[in-house]
Amino acid sequence: MLEAHDITLGYRPGVSVLRGVSLQLAAGEWLGLSGASGSGKSTLGRALAGHHTLRSGSLQLDGAPLPRHGLHPVQWLPQVPELAVNPRWRIGRILAEAWTPDAALRQRFGIGDDWLERYPHELSGGELQRVAVLRSLAPGVRYLIADEISSMLDAITQAELWQTLAEVAEQRDLGVLVIGHDRALLKRLCQRRLWLENGQLCAEA
Amino acid sequence: MSATPSPRLALRGNPRLGLALGTLTLLVALVALLIVTPQLAERAGASDFQARLLAPTTDYWFGTDVLGRDLLARTLQGLALSLWVGAAAALLGTLIALGLAALACLDRRADAVVGLLVDSVLGLPHLILLMLIAFALGGGTQAVIIAVALTHWPSLTRVLRAELLQLQQADYVRLSRRFGKSRGFVIWHHLLPALLPHCLVGGLLLFPHAILHEAALTFLGFGLSPGQPAIGVLLAESMRYLSAGYWWLGVFPGLGLLLLVLAFDRLGNALRRLLTPHEAQQ
Repeated sequence: MLEAHDITLGYRPGVSVLRGVSLQLAAGEWLGLSGASGSGKSTLGRALAGHHTLRSGSLQLDGAPLPRHGLHPVQWLPQVPELAVNPRWRIGRILAEAWTPDAALRQRFGIGDDWLERYPHELSGGELQRVAVLRSLAPGVRYLIADEISSMLDAITQAELWQTLAEVAEQRDLGVLVIGHDRALLKRLCQRRLWLENGQLCAEA
Repeated sequence: MSATPSPRLALRGNPRLGLALGTLTLLVALVALLIVTPQLAERAGASDFQARLLAPTTDYWFGTDVLGRDLLARTLQGLALSLWVGAAAALLGTLIALGLAALACLDRRADAVVGLLVDSVLGLPHLILLMLIAFALGGGTQAVIIAVALTHWPSLTRVLRAELLQLQQADYVRLSRRFGKSRGFVIWHHLLPALLPHCLVGGLLLFPHAILHEAALTFLGFGLSPGQPAIGVLLAESMRYLSAGYWWLGVFPGLGLLLLVLAFDRLGNALRRLLTPHEAQQ
């Protein structure tokens, strides 16, 4: 169980982006998070993956603090995959930074062998997003924070990506926090949905 | 998505690669010529009073100076000296810039101190500062190298600091740490390769600047000693004879300096494009 207890954080002194946010995400659970632009959704997602220092509150995994070193069990997937990969590295090296998925799994994500020798700018946004998703599925990862990962994709690519991710998540009992504006998508994917407003979780949508 | 050519294929047909290789060949040839010609120093210093102030001929391609010395040999020696001074000053300046940029990224106080230093040096008149440092250090090759290096780091420091700050916040750098990679791995595999093109290009663009300032300092009498056949010395000497019609005394050393500076400027710009995969394939 991934738990956030009363977390508060901000970027500028005296201004808090998240104010006393608490949530729980169980293994294998799909949780939806939506809210207006600027409400703090991405900040919450990054915080859960250990990208921010909290002003107060705590994050726990199965009752213990999240590890500070080694592979982080909570991985964050950004909306823009181009920013998530080193532009000077080839795709093969980008994947290998986290782990080495076998050819069968690469195939399930539609990642061909010839892609491994390409640079990120030689792939489309959708193709690169699949690479970023596969990279985040390293053994040892237990929760994924999917931060509007399909908002830039066409409907067919979206469906394929979510379908593959759902299958892998089920096999590995991964908990997934889906951040997005598309309520219909969140309703279809997630068992529970939360609404964030001005840095506070208001009520279940 | 349609298939795109591999980077190697794209580079093969890249006209900028040809340009960079051409410039590099020119520089290598120049350096090789200056290093492997054993008689150059002897020839540059040998006086022939029967051949004073000769215009360019088949025996003396660049003509001779007032002491009957071969101006071609002296120009090439001057360019060799400029190359060493420029390379040393550019390398030292780049290292200072890299060190201060890394220091600025440690914390806010260090950043403020580095920012103040950069603004202070940029706010002072460039040439006067150069002359003061060279004078304080007693002149000579070392003094010129130190003076040029100490006055040419601020702009590059600004570029490298901004780049480092941006890189530290980059998603792929943060994610690398979340994949369990050490700080050393991130610095070695993400930060330094991203900074390397900036350092190389910055250093290479410092190079012509350093050469020009060395020549200017020497021309003004604060740089290399008059006994050394530096380009600045040759140009300063030529000033006395230009009005009398001895044009070759100034034109050839000046042209040599101009070509050297242009070659490094071109090489810097070509390298900048070649070291970034995205730009290299455009």
